[in-house]
Amino acid sequence: MSAHLVEVIITNKSGVRDPEGETIHKHLILKKGYSMVMGVRTGKYLLMTVSASSAEEAIRVVKEVCEKLRIYNPIVHDIEVRLHT
Amino acid sequence: MKFPGTNCDEDVRHVLVDVFGLEAEIVWYKEFAVKQWDAVILPGGFSYGDWLRAGAIAARTHAVEELAEARYLGIPLLGICNGFQILVEVGLLPGALLYNDSGRFVCRWIRTVVERPRGPWLALARDGQELDMPIAHAEGRYYIDEESYNSLLLNAPVLRYLNGFNPNGSVHDIAGVGTEDGVVFGLMPHPERASEELLAPKMFSPGGRVIFESISYSLKRGW
Repeated sequence: MSAHLVEVIITNKSGVRDPEGETIHKHLILKKGYSMVMGVRTGKYLLMTVSASSAEEAIRVVKEVCEKLRIYNPIVHDIEVRLHT
Repeated sequence: MKFPGTNCDEDVRHVLVDVFGLEAEIVWYKEFAVKQWDAVILPGGFSYGDWLRAGAIAARTHAVEELAEARYLGIPLLGICNGFQILVEVGLLPGALLYNDSGRFVCRWIRTVVERPRGPWLALARDGQELDMPIAHAEGRYYIDEESYNSLLLNAPVLRYLNGFNPNGSVHDIAGVGTEDGVVFGLMPHPERASEELLAPKMFSPGGRVIFESISYSLKRGW
């Protein structure tokens, strides 16, 4: 068993508006002339330290936690679970 | 029911007991036992500091999971503001509540209209009745996909912000939703802050009264 760092990134689904991202994009980035930045989406980031026999097992546990404890809301959110590098 | 961070519990108790003469108690979530009660209200506030998402952590407490399992008992259940967020998070009501379009906390009086009133919380409301109440929230933008809206909400009691009063970008101007039988109902506006004439500003009237009048009537006579 060893400690694995697993990242969870929660963002609004593409069809669900993200006013914070829109505001950062429109009122900061575009205003300061970075017109090549075409969009911004914000989200929530969780870093979990998991004791597991392998990286795959750690990811499996985190995915289960996210589903069962509803860390994200599947109605409105996309979720990405990946190993921290 | 009170969680760490709930802060509208005294207002709700005041209205139930002092304004409408009902018996009501504030119950700490750890001491809550569902079968002791004729009706349950989840009041507003910031349970668990709104961390993760408003209502998400309270929705996973034993007390709320017990409420969800007790759905078959038919106990009237009302969620106000953060309480509505909890009911949505635990899946007792459909949809989700997201950050307001403005990205800000909004606190002001609005006007809503009732559609298909039924069940213990709206038994005395008329279809199309306009209800004035204040809202006070940062995460009140109701979202539901079109398919679920058509299948779940077109036959259920619904509260909508009247034209021009939608304060948060909710789809279909939704301010509150219920189960088809209306036994479970949740809303973002605060009826407990709109139950006394003295508290309503000019141009508005205390539209929350009908909800408490309805539950008072329904608990005595059925619905």
